[in-house]
Amino acid sequence: MNSQNPIWALISTFGLMSLFAVGGAAAAVPEMHRVAVDVHHWMTDKQFADAYAIAQLSPGPNVLIVTLIGYAVAGIPGALAATLAMCVPTALLAYYVSRLLNRPNQSRWPALIQAALVPLSIGLMAASALILAQSTDRTIAALLLTATVAVIASVTRVNPLWLLLAGGLLGFAGIV
Amino acid sequence: MSTDSAPAAQEPDHPAIHAPPPGLPALFLAFARMSLAGFGGVLVFARHAIVDQHRWMTADEFNETFALCHFLPGPNIVNLSMVFGSRLRGIAGGVAAFTGLLLPPTLIMTVLAIIYARFGDVEVLRRILAGISCAAVGLLIAVVFRMMTPLLKRMDVVVLILMLGVFTAIGVFRWPLQAVLLIAIPLSIAVTYVMRRKVAA
Repeated sequence: MNSQNPIWALISTFGLMSLFAVGGAAAAVPEMHRVAVDVHHWMTDKQFADAYAIAQLSPGPNVLIVTLIGYAVAGIPGALAATLAMCVPTALLAYYVSRLLNRPNQSRWPALIQAALVPLSIGLMAASALILAQSTDRTIAALLLTATVAVIASVTRVNPLWLLLAGGLLGFAGIV
Repeated sequence: MSTDSAPAAQEPDHPAIHAPPPGLPALFLAFARMSLAGFGGVLVFARHAIVDQHRWMTADEFNETFALCHFLPGPNIVNLSMVFGSRLRGIAGGVAAFTGLLLPPTLIMTVLAIIYARFGDVEVLRRILAGISCAAVGLLIAVVFRMMTPLLKRMDVVVLILMLGVFTAIGVFRWPLQAVLLIAIPLSIAVTYVMRRKVAA
């Protein structure tokens, strides 16, 4: 389908995918892999794994893995098309839902539902922290680094960027 | 939201009080900065900037806004930029925060894509990035802890059990997300409803 225009294929693929990606970008990664590697053959398996690592470890939202996929398909226009298709529709949806929930003369249900989602949201975040830690902290040194950063960032107001830089230096030195 | 725009309402020793809402360039810059600092995810820096640094929201307001964006489809933090910006400055504020969040890292990502296409992988770069990602997980743990503190202060046992339940089901047992949420969301709404009725009575 639409093999003659890769840009359109990118827009329709990621625009549609974003609307079903409940739980954030991390939850959509398996689906991205299926579409980019198995269905459209835009990238090889290794290229996808590398793209995932680059997106995880680069500044910006992790969803920008789609920028890399888009570039692999159609160069710079592809990168832009994939990024916008993934981000604009859901941002507009979020805008309208949030306005709906925050109209002043409303029942108390919207506030109640929002409050009810808070503990679930934090529980999910804690779960992804655990899952990420299990894949990242393979050595004692790495685990210690993660734990130290967690404590420092919890009890002080130090700019998180310094802690990341320290991690980068330790990695460069081959310690973690 | 943020109807009190009088700058006089600011008291540095009172964290519950808002700073005055920022202008559009300030919103764009704040989101660009948190985005560029956001190695391994932007949430850590978004919370740091919005709650601790600029005091545009209280800890509870941030939790509720993030929870909404978390359960809507799409990238959470992109949704958050749009919702947060528009709550402070209307649709123009949403667009300013959205472009601030996405424009700089998209440019960087495009450059990285070009570099990757030319050079593949470099061993030193991999080692540095591995160290950064260890620290990034630590930051994520810290932000979860900080988001938890309003709940811990209230000592709402039922709410804490719900949170722990979701964490265990997804993080430890790796049960499918949809199934867990299908049970947890109605349960949490029911619990919140009953508790608020008790408080009101």
